[in-house]
Amino acid sequence: MSMDSLKATFFAECEDLLDALSEGLAAMSDGTADPETVNAIFRAVHSIKGSGGAFGLEDLVSFAHIYENVLDQIRAETLDVTPAVMKTVLRASDVLAALVEEAHAETGQQPEAMAAVKAELTALSSVGGASSESGLEDAFSFEALPFEAIELSDLGDLGDAGELTGDARYQITFKPERALYENSHDPVILFMALADLGDVVVECDTDALPVLADIDPAESYLSWTVTVSGDVSREEIGAVFEFVEGLCTLEIALEETETLPPVGDAVEPDGAVDAPITAAGPSEPAGKARQSAPQSKRPTLRVDPDRVDRLINTVGELIINQAVISQKVVASGIAQNSDLMADLDDYGFLARDIQEGVMAIRAQPVKPLFQRMARIAREAGDATGKDVNFVMEGEMTEIDKSLVERLTDPMTHLVRNAVDHGLETGDERRAAGKSSQGQLCLSAEHRSGHVMITVRDDGRGLNREKILAKAIERGLVAKDAKLSEAEIDNLLFAPGFSTAETVTNLSGRGVGMDVVLTEIQSMGGRIAISSEPGKGSEFSISLPLTLAVLDGMVVTVAGQTLVLPLSCIIETIRPRTGDIRPLGPNGHVLSIRGAFVPVVSLGAILGLDNSCVDPESSVLVHIQSGGANPVAVSVDDISDQRQVVMKSLEANYGAIPGVSAATILGDGKIALIVDPDAVSKMAIEADETPITFELEI
Amino acid sequence: MSEPVEWQDDQNIEFVSLIAGGQGFCIEITEIREIRRWSPVTPLPFSQPDVLGVMNLRGSVIPIIDLSAKLGLGAITPTARHVIIVVVLSDRTVGLLVDAVSEILTIQGENIRSAPNTGQTNDIRSIRGLVEVGDGMSRVIDLRILFNDSCDLVA
Repeated sequence: MSMDSLKATFFAECEDLLDALSEGLAAMSDGTADPETVNAIFRAVHSIKGSGGAFGLEDLVSFAHIYENVLDQIRAETLDVTPAVMKTVLRASDVLAALVEEAHAETGQQPEAMAAVKAELTALSSVGGASSESGLEDAFSFEALPFEAIELSDLGDLGDAGELTGDARYQITFKPERALYENSHDPVILFMALADLGDVVVECDTDALPVLADIDPAESYLSWTVTVSGDVSREEIGAVFEFVEGLCTLEIALEETETLPPVGDAVEPDGAVDAPITAAGPSEPAGKARQSAPQSKRPTLRVDPDRVDRLINTVGELIINQAVISQKVVASGIAQNSDLMADLDDYGFLARDIQEGVMAIRAQPVKPLFQRMARIAREAGDATGKDVNFVMEGEMTEIDKSLVERLTDPMTHLVRNAVDHGLETGDERRAAGKSSQGQLCLSAEHRSGHVMITVRDDGRGLNREKILAKAIERGLVAKDAKLSEAEIDNLLFAPGFSTAETVTNLSGRGVGMDVVLTEIQSMGGRIAISSEPGKGSEFSISLPLTLAVLDGMVVTVAGQTLVLPLSCIIETIRPRTGDIRPLGPNGHVLSIRGAFVPVVSLGAILGLDNSCVDPESSVLVHIQSGGANPVAVSVDDISDQRQVVMKSLEANYGAIPGVSAATILGDGKIALIVDPDAVSKMAIEADETPITFELEI
Repeated sequence: MSEPVEWQDDQNIEFVSLIAGGQGFCIEITEIREIRRWSPVTPLPFSQPDVLGVMNLRGSVIPIIDLSAKLGLGAITPTARHVIIVVVLSDRTVGLLVDAVSEILTIQGENIRSAPNTGQTNDIRSIRGLVEVGDGMSRVIDLRILFNDSCDLVA
């Protein structure tokens, strides 16, 4: 394994660990935590620290170390979890996540909040009364611990920092097996963890070491005897070795405090000797810490997403192929009740089963995304001085993994906006008769083949007057425009719109909401706003279950079959006489509910058909996409509404204006999928430079 | 795009010979994925005249190009008799519509002559060499040069 692939594994693991961490912390702040939860949190931080050390990530390791100390005290119940402590612990998890991210991006920067949170943690850990903590802290700084041998003499000095005056003294005999090193564990890290517990004296037994010529570099020859003294329990020591259980021979024996027996010869105080923990598995002792036996986690499989994509693609083909065969068999005139038809039906069901199964591989709960948003909300709350109560609903709802990733940016923006603009300050809230703590709720649910994700706050709601005034000031709407509430709300998505009076760090650069809209629409989704003054706002995002499949309307234009994404279609209209009025020599507008919408021929825009079709005899599809104005496109016919599998055109050909992708229909033919955003824009441009422009380009 | 492999004088190279726009051409066999019958394609908006459209090749969407038109020899009106040669160019798959595919030729490297300059600017540059076949002549097409100028087939 190369260093790079090791690192990739490390960051993938970190992601899982951070998820476990935020999950545990969420349970803690809900008050639903049990000792195992605290242990899980501790383990997560500990593991990140451990592997981080192996990659020389100093910032990460030193931060995780202090964090771990505080968590350890919570675990040992020497530190009460007050709301203040909880807040610090939560913030620390954010910093830790940020550190991991920075390490991954190799920016070499430190997260802004790191110093402050670190100070808070240090303060907490001294409150909690970590006996010999501070002294040892300086004795060895957590420097990079690459995969190299470390001077043993350095370790010998570890003990010098403290005197052996603890309440209890344990003698630990530790003989690693080859497998311990093969699993990238490092005894030094274990000893350092021990040194966190109390004063340590480490002695190394090199007797087993063969002559140089016979050394197998991968073999384990050394064993150590470590004496730990201080206010420590057997469980705490056991916890240090938790990760190397089964990879070493380990004996932990309690010594009398006063006696200093020779190494390897533990005195056994009348029967109180604890049986050696021969780290063979999740055995024994009672006591809270011991309930920490890691819950048997179901093994998971890491698969290259490309492989899954290929599989999804192939399964898409299978479905199409099945449809083609069905059509042909039906066309051949075989009786409906024949055996072949029954088998063919089975084939269809199986193919769909496979498709669902394959899609499920890519499906992921939105929970990690929501947890990330919880972090964003906390950061935003801290930055604006607002107290935010973050609530998640339906976080186990599954959506396509790629959607989870692509939702991060728009969601971040919505959450920040909600905290920054939506929620009022504590004083304002109290004045309005609300609890001073603002509510921010993220919810997800499946709704008829779609996923609905909402960001809801109970803040002041949208200030429509202000929005309208701003839009007029920015020249986005005419001065005397009469807009409905929904139309005013939608102005938020207009490019270059920002209502923030001062540009804050968080939001208000005015590049946000239109980007959110564009991004959501590029995923085939829609976003809607509902808001009530004084009660709050709700942004709801509706997304398809997967990116590979698109809900489309199949239309015919100039003899060609095209697909319009359903997400952009407002309605379809068969115009009556008088609904369409001419405008200029070639133009037409559709009069619909008091508004005038330009009518353009889809065939003409795409250069498929230059003949001027009478728009009154065709079917109109009223579309709106992105920040573009609504347009009614005329098509010859609407034939179907169905899910289509998207196929890239760019792989073998290139980008085509007005076309986003292609798909293969049931008869094996290719149909182009229209890009509504581009078509709306091209419609307007076409107005300015009529007809000639099609074939030339 | 990678540089074409230099052919050694004593090397035997296999070509598929074909007819497009009434002239004989050949394409190195290693560049050819498969040969199919013509089937109707889906035309693309805003494409160059020699791009006929796209077709479904077992789930991949591949563009079909009229080789004769591409070489300036006039457009072919495709019928069921016409043939599509599916070629692979670095990471892209493209179909070439030709009049007919004739045979597989094995030619020694030294028998491939370079094409003389005839003062034409057209896509004749994509003719990498000439070989004598029986009593006629076949033109060796360099697909990289043929498609290099229009890396994006979109105009």
